[in-house]
Amino acid sequence: MTQSPPTRKVMLLVGATSDIGHATALAYAQGGWDVILAARDVGGAGRNATDLTARTGRPVPVVALDITDTAAFRDFVRDLPRLPDTVVSVVGLLGEQERAQSDLADATRVMRANFEGPALLLGLFAEHFAARGSGTLVGVSSVAGERGRASNYVYGAAKAGFTAFLSGLRNRLAARGVHVLTVKPGFVRTRMTAGMPLPKPLTAEAAEVAAALFRGAEVARRDVVYVRPVWALVMGVIRAIPEPVFKRLKL
Amino acid sequence: MSTVELAGWGRYPRRATRLLTARSPGDVAPIHRAEAGLIARGNGRAYGDAALGCTATLALRGLDRMIAFDPETGHLAVEAGVLLADIIDAFLPRGFFPAVVPGTRFVTVGGAIAADVHGKNHHGAGGFGAHVLDLTLALPDGTPRTCGPGTDLFAATVGGMGLTGTILRATLALRRVETGWIRQSTIAAPDLDAALAALEAADRSTYAVAWIDGLARGAARGRALIHRGEHATRADLAALAPGAAPLPPTRRGALTVPFDLPARTLNRWSVGAFNALYHARGRGRAGPDHLVGWAPYFFPLDGIGHWNRIYGAGGFLQHQCVIPKARSRDALAAILDRVSRAAPSFLAVLKLLGPGGGLMSFPLPGYTLALDFPADPANFALLDGLDAIVRAAGGRLYLAKDARQSRDTFEAGYGPAATRFRALRREIGAEDRIASALSRRLGL
Repeated sequence: MTQSPPTRKVMLLVGATSDIGHATALAYAQGGWDVILAARDVGGAGRNATDLTARTGRPVPVVALDITDTAAFRDFVRDLPRLPDTVVSVVGLLGEQERAQSDLADATRVMRANFEGPALLLGLFAEHFAARGSGTLVGVSSVAGERGRASNYVYGAAKAGFTAFLSGLRNRLAARGVHVLTVKPGFVRTRMTAGMPLPKPLTAEAAEVAAALFRGAEVARRDVVYVRPVWALVMGVIRAIPEPVFKRLKL
Repeated sequence: MSTVELAGWGRYPRRATRLLTARSPGDVAPIHRAEAGLIARGNGRAYGDAALGCTATLALRGLDRMIAFDPETGHLAVEAGVLLADIIDAFLPRGFFPAVVPGTRFVTVGGAIAADVHGKNHHGAGGFGAHVLDLTLALPDGTPRTCGPGTDLFAATVGGMGLTGTILRATLALRRVETGWIRQSTIAAPDLDAALAALEAADRSTYAVAWIDGLARGAARGRALIHRGEHATRADLAALAPGAAPLPPTRRGALTVPFDLPARTLNRWSVGAFNALYHARGRGRAGPDHLVGWAPYFFPLDGIGHWNRIYGAGGFLQHQCVIPKARSRDALAAILDRVSRAAPSFLAVLKLLGPGGGLMSFPLPGYTLALDFPADPANFALLDGLDAIVRAAGGRLYLAKDARQSRDTFEAGYGPAATRFRALRREIGAEDRIASALSRRLGL
């Protein structure tokens, strides 16, 4: 059996009840990291924490966090037992485009959960990491953010904002020893997409996203990772379509 | 919730059913209260209609979290949707292995309990249920009930094919192992009598199985390769493969059957050729011990993705019977005679079983023979003929493999136990609330 390193690194997972979140926490735990789970649904996160502890024998603390309650972020970061080495945000709320179009409160929730909340939280950790001179920030965005499309632009716009924020952080922190990774999944088979007809060759499993995330964050130290890589091609094409043409497409 | 067409691993029969999904243990009770005619479904590896609901099927793979593990005792508590594959992945590196495994690791713990699956070590270790310390069942009205060995509910649930309710979680006793290798020795037996004698002599081994050439006729009828196995110790490793790592390297199976093969791909000539080659190769390798990795030793077919497609889109039938020891030899000889003349069975596996654990568990002290056939009309008649041989010898069929046995055959094999099982189902209110295509077909 392998030797464990002298001090274990700590990863804070924001969005711990999601399928991608649980797969990511498992990937880190199996990689020898200690994991802290943050979620709004502390009971659901507890079930996942129990799973990780059973598999690895390591304690997994659960902390309460509502990603839309931005006023509580400073206290949240200050109250953590230790400043993590890596923070991963997998929070995402797909919502329903039809509803978000007309219901302002609903659209606000989608935008806050996918952009404002995660961006502000990672930005706060960025301050601490920059002061320390080390750390990794991972934001799980989406290919839906590459271009606004009629079928999901409220969600897509929020993810677009998040992607731009992460790239701005990356630009600012590149020389400060802080690594910022943007993960852009395409279709993933999870609770969030349950019941949707997703084309098999383009659809990843949560464990696939987690493996690509861990590799990109801790091993290969990438800036942007598409899951699956074919989406980089697909989005390249989508981005290249001139607007007068794009506005008439049914996407 | 949606209406889908589901089938077992043999892809016969197929049925339309409403598919409900539980994502956590708390989802199950409300579903039980809202539905009647429901059956739980794990990973769908039963061959026939055991996990096909009449009105609705409850998919339980979402209950896939582990709960607690004690490395001192090897006791592991898990939700019922955890796969044996997950347990092996997580705990073999920590020196533990499930006490009993069937021929595939892609079964859920709930499914393994419901079928009381047996492995190559049943003669010594009993079935999966013999290593379950307790389980929590959602009764037909949704109430969770925890029960253990010595209770009627536990005895009915082990081997009860999901018909007492939905298993939510269980505590298993894993066994300690020093390495991930099996020390295997192989004997070639020229005919059925030699094969039976070899299995008899192997009852001191932990694991023993015979692969039979189902097409061999005349003097060679029942020729077989008998594999015995033990968990390899570190000392074994040092002696047989110095320098080898305690865990075999995991090879993610790249081999898969990407589409249904044409219906006649497996025929007398292709199967006959394969069997002859396999037996010759085995004979060549027979003799002193060698090491085999746990994956190819326990789960040879798991390495081929979607291997059930080899039989084509029409699907296939598994016939697995157990015959009491005293009558085994003659009944098996009669079965092999029929089969070798009528149809090529690609997979003919013979094992020694001890007494069964649960009320409706399949094993009884004797020999079990498992055969595969394409699901075409001629083979249904053949299997009815095999059933008659089994009945006459006082044997029965394995419900986890069955897709077509008649009520008469079933009653002959399970009669008194089935009567008590029906009574218990009535007592706990399962009679109409929990039902599968299997239970309707067999009148349970």
